[in-house]
Amino acid sequence: MAAVAETLETVQAANDGGYKWGFETDIAMEFAPKGLSEDIVRFISAKKNEPDWLLEWRLKAYAHWLKMEEPEWAAVSYPKIDYQDAYYYAAPSNKVVPKSLDEVDPELLRTYEKLGIPVQEQQRLQGIAVDMVFDSVSVATTFKDRLAKEGIIFCSISEAVQEHPELVRQYLGSVVPQGDNYFACLNSAVFTDGSFVYIPKGVRCPMELSTYFRINAKSTGQFERTLIIAEAGSYVSYLEGCTAPMRDENQMHAAVVELVAMDDASIKYSTVQNWYPGDSEGKGGIYNFVTKRGACRGARSKISWTQVETGSAITWKYPSCMLLGDDSVGEFYSVAVTNNHQQADTGTKMWHVGRNTRSTIVSKGISAGQAQNTYRGLVKISPKAVGARNFTQCDSLLIGDKCGAHTVPYIENRCATAKVEHEATTSRIAEDQLFYCRSRGLTQEEAVGLIVNGFCREVLKELPMEFAVEAQKLLAISLEGSVG
Amino acid sequence: MSAQPSGTQAFLARFEGLREHLPGGRTPWVAQLRAEAAELFGAAGLPGRRIEAWRYTDLAPIAQAGFSEALTLVRETPALPPMRAPYRAVFVDGRFAENLSLLPGSYRCGSLAAGLDGAQGLLGALAEKLPLVALNTMLFEDGLLLDLPADTDGGVLELVSLASHTGRPIAFHPRHLIRIGDGASLTLIETSTGPAGAAYLHNPVFEIAVGAGATLSHVRIQREGRAGFQLSTVQAAVQAGGTYDNFTLNAGARLVRNEIHAALLGPKATCHMNGAQLAGDGQHADTTTFLDHAAPDCASRQTYKTVLAGKSRGVFQGKILVRQAAQRTDGYQMNQALLLSEEAEIDAKPQLEIYADDVKCSHGATVGALDEAQLFYLRARGIPAEQARAMLVQAFLVEAVEGVTNPIAQAALAEATEGWWEREAA
Repeated sequence: MAAVAETLETVQAANDGGYKWGFETDIAMEFAPKGLSEDIVRFISAKKNEPDWLLEWRLKAYAHWLKMEEPEWAAVSYPKIDYQDAYYYAAPSNKVVPKSLDEVDPELLRTYEKLGIPVQEQQRLQGIAVDMVFDSVSVATTFKDRLAKEGIIFCSISEAVQEHPELVRQYLGSVVPQGDNYFACLNSAVFTDGSFVYIPKGVRCPMELSTYFRINAKSTGQFERTLIIAEAGSYVSYLEGCTAPMRDENQMHAAVVELVAMDDASIKYSTVQNWYPGDSEGKGGIYNFVTKRGACRGARSKISWTQVETGSAITWKYPSCMLLGDDSVGEFYSVAVTNNHQQADTGTKMWHVGRNTRSTIVSKGISAGQAQNTYRGLVKISPKAVGARNFTQCDSLLIGDKCGAHTVPYIENRCATAKVEHEATTSRIAEDQLFYCRSRGLTQEEAVGLIVNGFCREVLKELPMEFAVEAQKLLAISLEGSVG
Repeated sequence: MSAQPSGTQAFLARFEGLREHLPGGRTPWVAQLRAEAAELFGAAGLPGRRIEAWRYTDLAPIAQAGFSEALTLVRETPALPPMRAPYRAVFVDGRFAENLSLLPGSYRCGSLAAGLDGAQGLLGALAEKLPLVALNTMLFEDGLLLDLPADTDGGVLELVSLASHTGRPIAFHPRHLIRIGDGASLTLIETSTGPAGAAYLHNPVFEIAVGAGATLSHVRIQREGRAGFQLSTVQAAVQAGGTYDNFTLNAGARLVRNEIHAALLGPKATCHMNGAQLAGDGQHADTTTFLDHAAPDCASRQTYKTVLAGKSRGVFQGKILVRQAAQRTDGYQMNQALLLSEEAEIDAKPQLEIYADDVKCSHGATVGALDEAQLFYLRARGIPAEQARAMLVQAFLVEAVEGVTNPIAQAALAEATEGWWEREAA
């Protein structure tokens, strides 16, 4: 009892102090001026007290970005983005924080309730003080101790730049080079935060790592940069995002995630993305342009991506694996739900280079309302990838006759001993399935939720357990009002 | 990288020089069609690999070849294949050869150049705005004009295309217009061949209208010379209850692009597209299909098989579009490739684009080598390795080939495929 009270006090004190500090020093420079220029890039770098090499790296990316053109090949349409009409640096925490749940949008609270998120957590998600600080700080410190004991580094990328510059310098941009694509290049120039994970040789990370518990990441940045390195024989499972709806005022997100797996290492990366999708008329919502790529550099290494994408007005995202090491394995499990006017163009790239490399792709697209949902994927087998193996399955489910479901797989094989299989289906929820459920007393919405969950089962079972339970509820909520 | 291959300008220059002399050059509606096509082709150019539909097939060798039209008449008639069907229309270098042909008298069937007046409203009616179709419209010299009246059984007709040995690279762009009246039926067996060492370009365009309840079975056997090029575009529109069956064998040519666009425009229309591609050393075979489901209750089936030996490249691109009106569509597509050599490459891009919800659509793709277990099984029974391979290649093709039911077509097909592997392996 006493210990708890003491902790509470300490935390509160630290928090108050920290807040005061932050306020005083940052007051004049909460925001960089609107627009993007070399000066802004310098400003961000200086603000983060970065070493020269990183500033130069950013500037190089910026110079390259100026020469690039925004890609137009994806099956998404949106008004032209004015890159000069945005803030590229805004310190978090100057938002008006609601004092209690009574001040929070009741629509949001209803959703929390349906997801079964406990009250404390609801408060935490809304940034409501004390409890949440107590919770996450204590949790985080316990975690940090345990991780440190194993030699695991888990911190924000800004922190890593200060404390482990040699690691950051070695790996940053080594999987997603600066000029990889328009959005990744922009991110390279102006990224503000993100996570950094380093798992030393032979260490099995004792817990699921998550942005959720990382205290530095109260507000996810507009240009996140995440870097995960798994040394030989190590294992880590990383969770990104959470199932609760995130009301984020940033319109455009351009994140980059890089994963590196050495010999026998294994990285499991799970994402649940539930950002604001815009209203039922298609107004507002997040534009999510994400570059995620993992390099299986070592022999027998493995990278597994699992994603449940239900939010955002536009999703442009292709978590990929470069299977360089012999016998390395890449996996991609995806559920993408689009409703109302949402558009998703998502998929993966599996690039087989090493011998006996294997990849599995399972993609489930669900389209309702007037939404458009596209799977776009590439399986590329290079001549050296002797004995490579790929299996791809893409299923689409249509709910309503105004939406679209599209499948665009690319197969490029230059190796005679490789075996590639692809199958895709498109169908709708059958009347007899609905009738069966309804006649057993389920409401229309419950029935749809049940059928959709069955349709997505192969992907959901890849999620860590707690996540999977919430994700199931989330699917049903995302499709509310789309049937009947 | 140059924005426009030099070939584009060469073709345009040919058109400028020839426009008055081409069939219908002085007939206003034809001249206008050609001028519009020239404008489109001039703007688009020979498609380059930066265009999505052409990312796997490079037309640079065609651009560089500097083809000219086959203006002079052929002195020697190339060897004709034996006549299989009761009737046949023969084209030499894209021009109708009356003396070699035997045409049915009961319906209109003959040279497009000679019957252009009757083609108004047909010519260009189904042509899509594609650069190679425009190239054909701009420069076509002749073609088959076939108009089968309603409720007629047209039987079997052979369409034979021969390239002559002129000693210089020639290009010909035949335009075939085929209309099958409501309730009528026809089997069209098309073979195209050419001399082994000659570089030539055969760029045929088909406009095919299949009426309500009508059936066209279109079997295409492409055995162009190994230095030749074929770029073919088939555009078919099928009305309610009609059926268009297309089977294409790609066995010849240095580079072939077989592009098929079929639109199912009326309820309960059906389309079958099957094909086999056999490519050996130095060959590039590309089949690109586009199935447009625009009406409810239609069905489509596609099965394509590609076998690659030596340093060859196979491409399959197949798109199924289901429009919002096309409820209760049943669409299926399968493409499989067999790689027999370490230098072969296959690129496949099946694609579904679906805007209707009550549909059943699927596609599948597989790529692999011959199954070692199967080979072992055959060899264990005393069958020599090469023969065992040949058997397995034949077996691989069965699914795509079994759709060809007409015995005349089957014979032509068997002749083209049998012994292929033995020849390639030799």
